[in-house]
Amino acid sequence: MTGRETTAKSAGRAKPRGFPASRKPGYEIRYDPMGKAVWWLPPASIAAALLACAALIAMNGMNPLVVYMKMARGAFGSAFGISETLVKAIPLLLCGLGVAVAYRIKVWNIGAEGQLIAGAIAATAATVYLPGLPGPLYIPVMTAAGIAAGAVWGLLTALPRAYFNVNELITSLMLNYVALLLLDYLVFGPWRDPNGFNFPGTPVFAPEQQLMTFQGTRLHYGLLYALAAAAILWFALSKTRWGYEMKLLGSNPLAARQGGIGFKRHVTLVMIVSGGLAGLAGMSEVSGVAHRLMYGLSPGYGYTAIIVAWLAKLNPWAMIPTSVFVGGLIVGGYSVQSLGLPSSLSSMLQGAILICLIAGDTVGKLRIRRKGE
Amino acid sequence: MDFYVYLSLAAISAGTPLLFAVLGGILSERSGVVFLGTEGTMLIGAVVSCIVFLKTGSLWAAVLGSLLSAGAAGLLHAFICVTLKANQTVCGLAITLFGTGFSAYLGKPVAGQPLPVAVPKLHLPWLEPIPFVGRIAGNLDLFVWMSIAVAAALYAYMYKTSWGLHLRAVGDHPAASDAMGINVTLCRYVHVTAGSMLMGLAGCYLIMAYSPNWIEGMTAGRGWIAVALVILAGWNPLLALLGAYLFGGLDALGFRLQVMDTGIPSYFLNMLPYIVTIAVLMAAGWRNRGKLSSEPQSLGLPYFREQRF
Amino acid sequence: MNRYAVEMSGIVKRFGETAAADRVDFAAGAGEVHALLGENGAGKSTIMSVLAGIYRADGGDIRVNGQPARIRSPKDAQALGIGMVHQNFRLVPTLTALDNMVLGEKRELWRGKRWRSGKREEIEAICRQYGLPFPIDIPVGRLSVGERQRVEIVKLLYKGADILLLDEPTSVLTPGEAESLIGTLAELKKSGKTILMTTHKLKEVMQAADRISVMRKGRVVAARRREETSAGELAELMVGRMPEGADAPEPAEPGGIVLAVEGMTVQADHGGAALRGIRFAVREGEIVGVAGVAGNGQRELAEALTGLREWSGGSMTYRGERMERASIRSRIDKGIAHVPEDRMGAGLAGSLGLVDNLLLKSYRTDDRFRFGLYRKRLTERWADELARSFDVRTPGLSAPVRQLSGGNQQKLLLAREIDRRPKLLIAVHPAQGLDVGAAAFVHRKLLELRDEAAGVLLISEDLDEVLQLSDRILVLYNGAIIGEARRGEADRERIGRMMAGLAEAGKEAAG
Repeated sequence: MTGRETTAKSAGRAKPRGFPASRKPGYEIRYDPMGKAVWWLPPASIAAALLACAALIAMNGMNPLVVYMKMARGAFGSAFGISETLVKAIPLLLCGLGVAVAYRIKVWNIGAEGQLIAGAIAATAATVYLPGLPGPLYIPVMTAAGIAAGAVWGLLTALPRAYFNVNELITSLMLNYVALLLLDYLVFGPWRDPNGFNFPGTPVFAPEQQLMTFQGTRLHYGLLYALAAAAILWFALSKTRWGYEMKLLGSNPLAARQGGIGFKRHVTLVMIVSGGLAGLAGMSEVSGVAHRLMYGLSPGYGYTAIIVAWLAKLNPWAMIPTSVFVGGLIVGGYSVQSLGLPSSLSSMLQGAILICLIAGDTVGKLRIRRKGE
Repeated sequence: MDFYVYLSLAAISAGTPLLFAVLGGILSERSGVVFLGTEGTMLIGAVVSCIVFLKTGSLWAAVLGSLLSAGAAGLLHAFICVTLKANQTVCGLAITLFGTGFSAYLGKPVAGQPLPVAVPKLHLPWLEPIPFVGRIAGNLDLFVWMSIAVAAALYAYMYKTSWGLHLRAVGDHPAASDAMGINVTLCRYVHVTAGSMLMGLAGCYLIMAYSPNWIEGMTAGRGWIAVALVILAGWNPLLALLGAYLFGGLDALGFRLQVMDTGIPSYFLNMLPYIVTIAVLMAAGWRNRGKLSSEPQSLGLPYFREQRF
Repeated sequence: MNRYAVEMSGIVKRFGETAAADRVDFAAGAGEVHALLGENGAGKSTIMSVLAGIYRADGGDIRVNGQPARIRSPKDAQALGIGMVHQNFRLVPTLTALDNMVLGEKRELWRGKRWRSGKREEIEAICRQYGLPFPIDIPVGRLSVGERQRVEIVKLLYKGADILLLDEPTSVLTPGEAESLIGTLAELKKSGKTILMTTHKLKEVMQAADRISVMRKGRVVAARRREETSAGELAELMVGRMPEGADAPEPAEPGGIVLAVEGMTVQADHGGAALRGIRFAVREGEIVGVAGVAGNGQRELAEALTGLREWSGGSMTYRGERMERASIRSRIDKGIAHVPEDRMGAGLAGSLGLVDNLLLKSYRTDDRFRFGLYRKRLTERWADELARSFDVRTPGLSAPVRQLSGGNQQKLLLAREIDRRPKLLIAVHPAQGLDVGAAAFVHRKLLELRDEAAGVLLISEDLDEVLQLSDRILVLYNGAIIGEARRGEADRERIGRMMAGLAEAGKEAAG
């Protein structure tokens, strides 16, 4: 055909060919957005992560199975272990509930750690600056202070997002470091216990400033806070107007706006709730576990809570088992130290689980086809 | 005068890891993929280079190690975000969490060991006569010059070459690029991986030149500041230079003020970089409201060719 | 000429369960303008996308110039000399026309000044040859729609395309620009190019096409030469039966003024004014249609009236109350309803079910949430009845709404808005993408609303829809109302001229 030759020459392009180069037969992945998420995903991700980390353990010359068994036994194999696991689960559950609320409307709150610390500081401040309160009042005051401080810390992330469109991920993260430095300042400086021996920190709280514990264990009444929070959150999300608005915002913010549901207001609200829950966790740590404000208060609960939330697919009830599971991972991590492995094994596992979860999230929506089909 | 010279040298030294990390972030985000795993990748690069150096005694082997390990992290991110089309934000976060734990795990045996490393400096004595600038530029180490070269090279790459044009097109409108025959997937894979390698290099520099012994979490949030700097630099490699050194300066200034005993507790001085980051982001957000942003338009969105419109 | 430029046999393409193309056979010769005619959803775009390498066929063969061809990607199509101009252009808005065209060329690594001017000359030569001028060094995002389309066409020619696929090319053009395009097609024909275009506009088909393939529900139901057929026959083939003569609506009896707008000024997204001080009114019991080519301020008009966009100036009086600064909520609560243009993007929450979507405007009432608590049984019953009365077919009350067909989604939207007994309904292109039956349902509902003494503002780029339903028509051009007509006085030519503005398309249209 003369038409084509002429055009090809004048445009200086390569001559069009009739056949494309032959390709190897093979498979390809195609995306089908209508696919449903699979229910076996969380357990499968855990298994995949365990497998991946097993390889790393093996490279250290140890038998992964032995290591995992030790972890499991350390976390769940004794009454002490179980109570320790539950103690860890409390702040995880509270922080997890908090970040899940935010994630539902895609507000990426990574600041649970800082909000927790803010709550802890505020609760401690009550003991430092209000020495003359009647005994039974301390716990309520400290609880309120913890929640309020956490909420304010969360607000510090919400406002830049709402009014200056600043990425909340970065803001909340920066504030974590600020909170940590504030904690260090207080604990090494003005609030330092002059008689303190081991860890730097404030003097130990008076008994009425400590959350009660269950019979002879370290497990404290913060557990009730956490369970109550889960129940309240579930109720609010499924049965109230606010829950409906959250549902809409999470599904389609544009459509939500059509209905008069404003994003700015909800970002603020959500961060207050999120921060408040983390602040409550801080108060319960300081009052129920450590009985003082001290250096190294949180082994990263705020970050670990992200995994707790994601593993539970942001569902409040599901977070109860996942917080226990992840709590067990942390406790198990401590127990492998006797085998000579670093306790960071458990945080490595946690990270691996999250990666597998994310990767697997889309598995239900992918189809494998032969090329050319 | 001496004070300012040393301050500038310190600023450059502190800013170089930031610079590498920001350049890496620019590469990735320009192709449309958000990469929040900077902090974790830097830690991985740092710990691997530390271990390799202790085993081999060779700086360049350490560099290679950091490049490869960080590249692996980037490859993973690319796979999950581009091929599996998962949520890019949470994926990056997961890589950071994993990287933090992984680096702590690997680094435990070598923690606290000072590294007998000497990063070669580039002495340029013929520059010394130039007041102020000469004394600074005459005494920088190799990595600093490398980072500046990379920044310049990336600028030329992005705006003057055809591959750079493809990169920008893919980031702004992958559908149009695909229609023009550009392989969007390949472009994203390459740039995300290359970007993560630069972040590994940042971690390597951090431990080899800035603070030669491994401590868990030694990046202390620098990776996150780098993420913010990508936005503040408008995804432009030359502005990244400016931003990185400015923030490096904040770091250095904080340290100097401490030493000078101004009475401000060191803890608050250390808060400077983090608070300034938020403040500058807020200012940028205020200035840009209502304007067309220079952000790659497809940032964070996975690309599906078979989308029905 | 015995050999066809393009031949497709037995092409099948499935999306999930539905077959968008169901064993399609058709052929086009060189130097021919071939129209694929059909309604929305008939499968025309799917076929073109298969040819262009964007979709991969699930079955069937393609031959190009007599040789079998395997088209697996846009690159393959390009190698065969096939190029496509999409409805939503594939141009990178931040790059210039020049950069857009040289995208994908790998030969030169360095792009200096000399290289660029060489390319510029090449491109300008093509523009001259076919009469398709446009500014070459401005970011494409700033060009007018007509100019952008020209860039797309020249891009194809620059890459050596001999087979040009145009997807609904005139849907975004003014009538004047459309005429100009048809002229361009004739020029291209003369150079031996093969042109394949999809459309649902009979008039253009009869003007421009040499041969026509009519598609319906994924199949080719007929192939004709233009000389052998007529617009009437084509229309019948398109819908499968004599089209129901749309009953001319009863004449309206408008009552009091529901909406009065004075000096309405609204900013566009990228600077400049989208609406420049317009003024109009809507009465109870009348449908006011706003005609115009998309992009002249329609979207901003709807958004500003519903509270989604701020007013820079002017006033809006709704039933006696000043509302231009009112919140979205109060507008909803006072009886302003809105059927947005983008039903899945902005109107519905796709992952949620029927009930959640229906609740969007009425969830603040006590009927749905008493004392702040959800009244499940009552609400589900209400939703069920509402869906039934609007004939929304769905597998279940909680099935994600994105699984519904376009028609059912639109009915759902209407149900949600009309159930509130609004006094003013703002409907933007409500029958977009719907088949004849669904579109007729939607139009019927609008007329019913009008007969119940509500005011309807119908903003649509579908001139036929506007002409059919409106009691009064306003023409929006470049942010101003440049003309008005009553039912009976309006005819297509006159309105079409107004839609193109008082001056010719080109610089004026760029605005």
